[in-house]
Amino acid sequence: MSQTRATTDFAAEARAAGVRARRFGALYSAEHHVRVWRRYLGVNVASAIGTPVMYLFAFGVGLGVLVNANAGPGGVDGVSYLVFIAPALIATAAVTIASDEFTYPVMQGFKWNPIYVGMHAAPISARQVVDGVIIFVAVRIFATTLVYFLVMAAFGAVPLATGLLTVPIATLTGIAFGAPLFAYAAAQREDRGQFAVVQRVLVLPLTLFSGTLFPLEQLPVFLRPIGWISPLWHGAELGRVTSYAAERPVWMIAVHLVFLLALAIGGWRLTVRVTRKRLDA
Amino acid sequence: MTVIAASELVKRYGDFAAVDGISFEVAPGESFGLLGPNGAGKSTTMRMVGAVSTRTSGSLTVLGLDPDDYGPEIRSRLGVVPQQDNLDNELRVRENLLTYGRYFGLPRRLVAERADELLQFAQLADRAGAKVDELSGGMKRRLTIARALINDPRILLLDEPTTGLDPQARHILWDRLFRLKEQGTTLLLTTHYMDEAEQLCDRLVVVDHGRIMAEGSPASLIRSYSTREVLEVRFGSDRNADAAAALAGLGDRLEVLPDRVLVYADDGEAALAEVVARGLQPLTSLVRRSSLEDVFLRLTGRSLIE
Repeated sequence: MSQTRATTDFAAEARAAGVRARRFGALYSAEHHVRVWRRYLGVNVASAIGTPVMYLFAFGVGLGVLVNANAGPGGVDGVSYLVFIAPALIATAAVTIASDEFTYPVMQGFKWNPIYVGMHAAPISARQVVDGVIIFVAVRIFATTLVYFLVMAAFGAVPLATGLLTVPIATLTGIAFGAPLFAYAAAQREDRGQFAVVQRVLVLPLTLFSGTLFPLEQLPVFLRPIGWISPLWHGAELGRVTSYAAERPVWMIAVHLVFLLALAIGGWRLTVRVTRKRLDA
Repeated sequence: MTVIAASELVKRYGDFAAVDGISFEVAPGESFGLLGPNGAGKSTTMRMVGAVSTRTSGSLTVLGLDPDDYGPEIRSRLGVVPQQDNLDNELRVRENLLTYGRYFGLPRRLVAERADELLQFAQLADRAGAKVDELSGGMKRRLTIARALINDPRILLLDEPTTGLDPQARHILWDRLFRLKEQGTTLLLTTHYMDEAEQLCDRLVVVDHGRIMAEGSPASLIRSYSTREVLEVRFGSDRNADAAAALAGLGDRLEVLPDRVLVYADDGEAALAEVVARGLQPLTSLVRRSSLEDVFLRLTGRSLIE
């Protein structure tokens, strides 16, 4: 009798010990990634400030002079070229971070430096492993695009009040772009250079043909679908609506939002499924 | 009372049964070993007990809970030392303990205190700020063990804890594990080293092809499946088989290996005298006590390390 009770004591103790991990495991897993990220904080801050400044000079001042001269008094989409591209540059920064974080580091976490396996041996579930990565990347995108926004606001490229919304929009865009990539990366067992291919045949064209540096309508009709399926186009358009109140039909705004949310949630769920299968071997 | 109870445990990958009906029980404070060659199903069993691999069939409880339903709860009270270290190479030695402790939701201050104690225990206190890559194999292993202890676990799972380490590093590690055992930590370990099993296990099962071949304490297994002593005689590669024929009937049993003949006898010296009396002149001879290696050979007809 007393022996049976002792085994139930162990069980009770384990149930109590598991409560926090069940509830907050995703945050604990994200905390690990943030800790690693902090090691490179200096580099990150420098590049978060330096990159938008470079873009501003190259596109806003350099190319902008040419574009504004050609566009006439109406500007591009009713505003100066700099104001037109600023929300898109912020969204592009988000997509760049997402395509970095959701490729090689994922294979690393499963294989080369298998911290996902370590987390899963502790009380973190497969789903929380995935959630932790997504939370971390969202934090990273948010922090970086916030710096982008502040730099651009300082140059007058985005209005301070309404432009702030470009930051959460960019974060959503990054996750919408990255979550399906995460699912793909989680399914890869070997590195055969496929991530480099993804960068070139997926990320690059989606970046170039997403109506970031010019309105999508400038492209011939047969190239426009690339923009339609690109989260970056949807994110950039939403950013323009919030930043300088670009005139877009309400239904189109809804399409942008739904498209981004669907990709983010769909990609996330798929990644959880792939990861659960892979970690439970 | 048990902390681990497995009954007819099976794990299949397609048609292949990695674990094919294993049953065992482990009591609290006990040090229990799974001894067997590579590919015997030890690590798979370990992962099922560690609640990271769903069993195909059979029943399993760890700390009185079913891993299918209570994975995170069970893992909260386990310490896991996997066969391959999965330390984070991007973090420093002490940081590895801090991040791992946080997975369990332990308060930062408690984790920091324990991290310092465990670095002492693992004899790594002077390496707290080192990069993981700079550590030797033995140090990484000790760090992994320290990390596994950060949640003050009820059960410590060790999968091939000293494989790949040099003899000195192994002895340091055994000493640390023996201390844990003395403190009453339940150990479940797999190994294909008989000396490791003899040093650390109160009780063990010999596993081969996903099945249990025998169970007992190291001493009782040797008593049941081998003689007290073993005479090893070598006659040269070509002549071992011929010599074995002339040795028929000597001792309890003969085992002919490619490089030597093993004569199982309670009195090894007497057996050696008999060999000479039969007119044979071995190149070398050695009398030793029986080990788990002999038990394994008897049970499977194969050596543990091939």
